[in-house]
Amino acid sequence: MRPQEIVERALAGPVGAGRAVLVTQTSEAVLRWANSTMTTNGHTTAQDVAVVALEVVEGGTAVGVVSSGAPLRDAAAVDALVAAARRAAREAGPARDVAPLPEPAADDPGWLDGAVETSIRVFGGLVEGLAEVLDRPQRHYGFASHDVSTVWLGTSTGVRRRWVQPTGSIELNVKTPDLDGSAWTGRSTADFTDVDVVALAADATSRLDWGSRRVSLPAGRYETLLPPSAVSDFLLMLAWSMGGRPAQEGRSAFGGPDGPRIGERLTDRPLTLASDPAAPGLEYAPFVAALHSGDGVSVFDNGAPARRVEWLRDGAVAELAYSRPEAAEFGTAFAPPGDNLLLTGGSAASLADMVAGTRRGLLLTCLWYIREVDPETLLLTGLTRDGVYLVENGEVVAEVDHNFRFNHSPLDIVRQATEVGATERTLPREWKDWFTRVAMPPMRVPELNMSSVSPSR
Amino acid sequence: MADRIDSERIDPAFRALPLARLADAALGRARELGAEHADVRVERIVAQSVELRDAGVTGVVDSSTEGLAVRVLVDGTWGFASHVELTAERAAATAERAVGVARALAPLARERVDRAAEPVYAGVEWCSEYLVDPLAVPTGDKVALLADRSRRLLAAPGVDHVEAGLAVVRENKFYADVAGTSTLQQRVRTAPSLTATTVDRDGGGFETMSSLAPPAARGFEYLTGTGWDWDDELARLPEWLAEKAVAPSVEPGRYDLVIDPSNLWLTIHESVGHATEYDRAIGYEAAYAGTSFATPDLLGTLRYGSPLMHVTGDRTVPHGLATIGYDDDGVATGAWDLVRDGILVGYQLDRTFAPRLGLDRSNGCAFADSPHRAPLQRMANVSLQPDQVTDRSTDDLIAGVDDGIYVVGDRSWSIDMQRANFQFTGQRFLRIRGGRLAGQLRDVAYQALTTEFWGSLDGLGGPSTWRLFGAMNCGKAQPGQSAAVGHGCPSALFRRVNVLNTRAEG
Repeated sequence: MRPQEIVERALAGPVGAGRAVLVTQTSEAVLRWANSTMTTNGHTTAQDVAVVALEVVEGGTAVGVVSSGAPLRDAAAVDALVAAARRAAREAGPARDVAPLPEPAADDPGWLDGAVETSIRVFGGLVEGLAEVLDRPQRHYGFASHDVSTVWLGTSTGVRRRWVQPTGSIELNVKTPDLDGSAWTGRSTADFTDVDVVALAADATSRLDWGSRRVSLPAGRYETLLPPSAVSDFLLMLAWSMGGRPAQEGRSAFGGPDGPRIGERLTDRPLTLASDPAAPGLEYAPFVAALHSGDGVSVFDNGAPARRVEWLRDGAVAELAYSRPEAAEFGTAFAPPGDNLLLTGGSAASLADMVAGTRRGLLLTCLWYIREVDPETLLLTGLTRDGVYLVENGEVVAEVDHNFRFNHSPLDIVRQATEVGATERTLPREWKDWFTRVAMPPMRVPELNMSSVSPSR
Repeated sequence: MADRIDSERIDPAFRALPLARLADAALGRARELGAEHADVRVERIVAQSVELRDAGVTGVVDSSTEGLAVRVLVDGTWGFASHVELTAERAAATAERAVGVARALAPLARERVDRAAEPVYAGVEWCSEYLVDPLAVPTGDKVALLADRSRRLLAAPGVDHVEAGLAVVRENKFYADVAGTSTLQQRVRTAPSLTATTVDRDGGGFETMSSLAPPAARGFEYLTGTGWDWDDELARLPEWLAEKAVAPSVEPGRYDLVIDPSNLWLTIHESVGHATEYDRAIGYEAAYAGTSFATPDLLGTLRYGSPLMHVTGDRTVPHGLATIGYDDDGVATGAWDLVRDGILVGYQLDRTFAPRLGLDRSNGCAFADSPHRAPLQRMANVSLQPDQVTDRSTDDLIAGVDDGIYVVGDRSWSIDMQRANFQFTGQRFLRIRGGRLAGQLRDVAYQALTTEFWGSLDGLGGPSTWRLFGAMNCGKAQPGQSAAVGHGCPSALFRRVNVLNTRAEG
């Protein structure tokens, strides 16, 4: 059955207290290499059909969500999925957070269109360049991924929306032949036409040259230049901690004795941290498509228009994430989490400019294994990875011959930054499996807590 | 050799799929197109999650994933493809696509894949040990049980919020290869979660305490008393939380740590489990999950820890989350040593890596987390063995500590990309003075280097302290795959470990 036929069939007949149907078709091409040879690859396709059934039950409205990755061959298979979702709702009993499903906000001219797919051919240009790169004396490791998801969302209130989301990224890790030096670079892309793997490899390889002089440094607090990738990994953890309900209930770093810390100024710099479905080149679905409810997210929001949300505005906490039911409960605005994250408001300085303006400090490449240590302060721990460099008098003078474990809160990164540069599209090394659409500036932090030395390279 | 266990329980709906026809179509087409090896997997993974906040339902989600995967070797190069449609025509077309992928990307292959031999197992079946299929229990029963437990906690003084959840999975796998092996398997897993929060409205702080019940390869009986004493834990959780909220902040420094299995399992997972994955050790994960300080040139000589340290890998322990009869290379699973008398002696392998280590057989660690992913070497149950001579209790270990901390439950974890520098927190940290417990501490993290930490192992609990813990979602590889893995261990004593105060770190 075509996706639109599945949606209409699942919405036909009595719909209880309401219903949303999501059909998602995904095709994905991947290519991985290590030790300068290809290791794994593949081209996969998948379809998922999910029915969100709302049922009136004793005590309120119940929700059941049933999704199937098996092909639905006929109307009977769709009916069975709907029946399962209705049954699940009735068994679950009344839901905590309830709201009417959104009414249609816009006609979607693409509704009747089919799925967009990728194939292994998307790597045509990449394979050619990569074959050249793998012949070089360094050891090359990396991964290229391209997936295209097409989602069709229909609801019993008349919403019919389709969205095509391309997501691509490439990462290169280049090591010296003795494996003693390591550099990394990565970027996100919608279609790989803008990826020059030879240039990316040259960039990473050039940083291996900084390892011609090596120094060891003790643990301690260092002036540190964070490249955009490292900033994005810190600030994603910040954004993901900005749920409205936990702040209202006093169980988050954004809550306190006087309630949510809206308006609290973190910095005098005019920094704005936002999610924006219309950000050029980083677009995401202009409507909510949710298969589960959680802080800031509700299945009752399916079809609601997404919007630009400014989590920080001009250096102060501006909005927290609220689903529509939560917004009603707490008397505030619906603020849906987004699928991109943008930090703006810095200067025009590039990372190279910031290196030139550094008397003594550390220059990082990226971060790894970041985890929350203390939710009350949002203290995070993690590691530096694939290149820590010592900057003196405006130049990189050596590579630090080890990594550091840091313990630092992203709130303090924003509070303490003494310089913020120009925003650019980047790839979060830690979180790219789930989140690739980010634009961040480099930042200078005066005393980043390098808690201990990691001997690992 | 894996035993046949209760295989008549394998889901009849999965068994009724045209498995042999799909295999014949895919393997036949792959052979026609020149593949020297081909295997096909048909999988169905059925899962449910139930979540409650403050005793009210916030979400019930049922999901199923189904599909077929074809993996081929063409001129020594891998090719992989999958599809959701389970027809013979689609199986053959998917085999064609896998061969096409192998040929398209052959210019990038600089090594020829060579695989270890394995006996043929034709038509074998295996099913994990459980009493009640957790997917067969009505959702209403699960909601009622979680709501009751939530209400019991909410009724206790100082408990302001309770989050309760349950995730259950039933995994069916059919595997067949051109050598003639075909396996049909089923396993289930159950992961309960329960966290109580207290909020200091006046001071602006908050604290949480979570159940220590780990995920387990058990059925719904696990929720009702088999394998975990829920009533005891529910009764004590509020007082533990209240005590933690007002506990003194730790003075940073070096302490002797007695670590409970509920915390030590995760340290084993990160510092031994991942470090002894052969693919990591030779660089296959270098750009992502990382490598390992425990490289193959050190096999047999690397002093990993004190002579008390005996760590095994297995895919056979009952209720272990990585336990299965046959892996995704068609290898019958077993058990082996990774660290013996404190020395690195083994790795986790699949059929591609065994010959590179000079072994003629894999130890059965190939796994793919869905029909839409290619198998790779994944973690076995990696477990620390107890003292087999003296059955010391946890109290006996505590009695041997003059000035230390007893660490219970896992919480925050992080380790570097070669598995050396790590930092862990926990649910409860109890001060030990003069061999006795002296109340909880707050803001504790322990930080160490792997070999230094395991070198400080100075006492092991006996078999009576050994317990099986584990994780549902261990991540590895690109594209990312998630695997369930179990870790058993006794309580253990480590001397002079570096303890941080997490407030002073900020």
